[in-house]
Amino acid sequence: MSEPICLLEAVNLALARSLQDDPEVILFGEDIGHNGGVFRATDGLAHRFGAHRVVDTPLAETMIAGTAVGMATQGLRPVVEIQFMGFIFPAFEQLICHAARMRHRTRGRLSCPMVLRAPFGGGIHAPEHHSESTEALLAHIPGLRVVIPSSPARAYGLLLGAIHSDDPVIFLEPKRIYRASRTLVEDNGAALPIDRCFTLREGSDLTLIGFGAMIPECLDAAEQLAERGIDCEVIDVASLNPIDYDTLLASVAKTGRAVIVHEAPGKGGVGADISAVLGEQLWGQLRAPIIRVTGLDTVMPYYRNEMHYLPGVSDILDAVNKSLEAGRDEILQATGSG
Amino acid sequence: MRDIVFKTEIALTRYLSADGKPLDTLPPWCSAAEPLTTYYRWMVLARQFDQKAIALQRTGQLGTYASSLGAEAIDVVTGHLMTPADVLVPYYRNHALQMIRGTPMHDILLYWGGDERGNSGAAMGRDLPNAVPIATQTLHAAGAAAALKYRHQPHAVVCLCGDGATSKGDFAEALNLAGVWHLPLVMIVNNNQWAISVPRHMQCAAPTLAQKALAAGIPAEQVDGNDAIALHEVIEHALVRARSGKGPSLIEALSYRLSDHTTADDASRYRAPEKLKEAWQNDPIRRLRHYLLDQGLWDDAQERACLDEAQNRVQSAVEQYLATPPEPVECMFEYLYAERPEQLSGQIDSARIRGGGSA
Ligand SMILES: Cc1ncc(C[n+]2csc(CCOP(=O)(O)OP(=O)(O)O)c2C)c(N)n1
Ligand SMILES: [Mg+2]
Repeated sequence: MSEPICLLEAVNLALARSLQDDPEVILFGEDIGHNGGVFRATDGLAHRFGAHRVVDTPLAETMIAGTAVGMATQGLRPVVEIQFMGFIFPAFEQLICHAARMRHRTRGRLSCPMVLRAPFGGGIHAPEHHSESTEALLAHIPGLRVVIPSSPARAYGLLLGAIHSDDPVIFLEPKRIYRASRTLVEDNGAALPIDRCFTLREGSDLTLIGFGAMIPECLDAAEQLAERGIDCEVIDVASLNPIDYDTLLASVAKTGRAVIVHEAPGKGGVGADISAVLGEQLWGQLRAPIIRVTGLDTVMPYYRNEMHYLPGVSDILDAVNKSLEAGRDEILQATGSG
Repeated sequence: MRDIVFKTEIALTRYLSADGKPLDTLPPWCSAAEPLTTYYRWMVLARQFDQKAIALQRTGQLGTYASSLGAEAIDVVTGHLMTPADVLVPYYRNHALQMIRGTPMHDILLYWGGDERGNSGAAMGRDLPNAVPIATQTLHAAGAAAALKYRHQPHAVVCLCGDGATSKGDFAEALNLAGVWHLPLVMIVNNNQWAISVPRHMQCAAPTLAQKALAAGIPAEQVDGNDAIALHEVIEHALVRARSGKGPSLIEALSYRLSDHTTADDASRYRAPEKLKEAWQNDPIRRLRHYLLDQGLWDDAQERACLDEAQNRVQSAVEQYLATPPEPVECMFEYLYAERPEQLSGQIDSARIRGGGSA
């Protein structure tokens, strides 16, 4: 690849690479064929690989998921698209009752190596039901892997990792940053591990933990904090189930402070889980309470208000300040001064 | 101007009366002992198994069990007409069909006895396991059929479900896709007239369930599900169609659930005893026995031997089941992921300690 590409094009590149390398890979979903998907994630693929490999389906989400399960049990590697995460709910029964359990249920005889891709998240001024982040509902399910990229390179590598995986993988694409930045991504077929966090920036004062479209916000915040001499570690969780707690624990053990950022409502969110694990494991080593910066506990508002709902850099900076202050209070108390 | 743009009819195939008397000229193969006596033996075995499983449940040695009483002909004929390379997508009532496909009888007991190893289906090839969430398996069947078609393999997928399942969207979505993608799928609805306590007429206002396939552009018909000969003809035809690239079909097999829904159900709460008594007149086993006896293809000595053999087979499966050592606790973590995430290791220890630490 000689041209820098965006996250969306990296998805396309990984899909093309998989279709090229593995005849067992088949893509299907609504409008993904001739039209190349409503976001163009599959642009040109039907033309290049044929309508039998990149297949338009009737409009039925339960069917898309259930058919993928059936195909996968027969050894194919279906990579299916749900057009928007807001329309994933009819697929839940299939994902939870079957995709997640097929290998377990058959004691390893059958498995379910399928990938279900869906664009998710807000910030693009979309209509109702087109901006939700309901990743926690899926990350809660044993047996389902949930993977979220946050850069073109990770979109390419993680999607290949998802397609190579013998487990069912939900691959959620942060559509707000589909075209946000461009980087060179080498089309070398190299997968990234889908059970690891990515440490994007090293630091010793505080750990900023996020995923998806919140990663650019976290990096931006870290940059501003660096100018103030505050040194943040930024970790992209990337895999929401299972979560690479080891990397998170090691980082927070080092910094003693953690701020967790995601778009979804805080209640019952992935951040609550990470926060609980950090608290359970690092009791005594924390220098401040773990703080979550999340979407609000209400429905995703219509687009005029969406920026009042989504966390942004200033919210992250506020949380970081609070964390640093909490630590200072403690130190002041401990030393008896102030 | 007003044109009729769609017109159709649904056929019902039946060859034998309830007493096993031919209602029509029978297909020539029916004058031979095979496969009908094999069907008969398996139907007797299925019923013996069923009785024993219920007895085990009643004595606390098996969990909740879904009886197949009255569905024996559907299972047995389907099982024999399928080839090993065809793919079975069953629901939770197809015990005999799974046995014919190679699942050991004691595995079926293990499954209903709450032991996950019963579902391993070591001999089942790529057949799917039991699907408990109603109608979800119809979509797996569409997917499996799409895989066969994608690989140009001349085999069929056979999917079974109940009359209640036809009300669920999955069923409509599966048929719709099978029609559009022209899939090698045979969908068999065991219309046993009940979905737990909900009778057939409260499930759907259409006169047949078969006609739901017509909306998907798929040929459909009814067959007497208590008539092994009719089932053989209709299912064989659908299988040949599917295997030869002629596309999907739907068969509505009319039967009657002669049992409670499961051992956890008490059908006397919602079903009049006269109705059940009447339904027994159509017992598929009795019907075939009368036919075979009338034709001189079967006699009392064979009947006794067949029953003895069935009882012995069931008894030895039960002994094997009851002698199976308990499942190790870590079973619950096995096979969840292709490779077990390290972080689950600690939870295996918790599981061992819980429940009194007997494992
Ligand atoms: C999605 C779903 N809803 C409800 C149930 C509970 N349930 C189990 S069997 C059953 C009735 C099914 O009737 P039918 O499809 O006619 O099959 P039958 O048991 O009569 O063979 C119900 C409601 C379930 N297993 N799955
Ligand atoms: Mg029924």
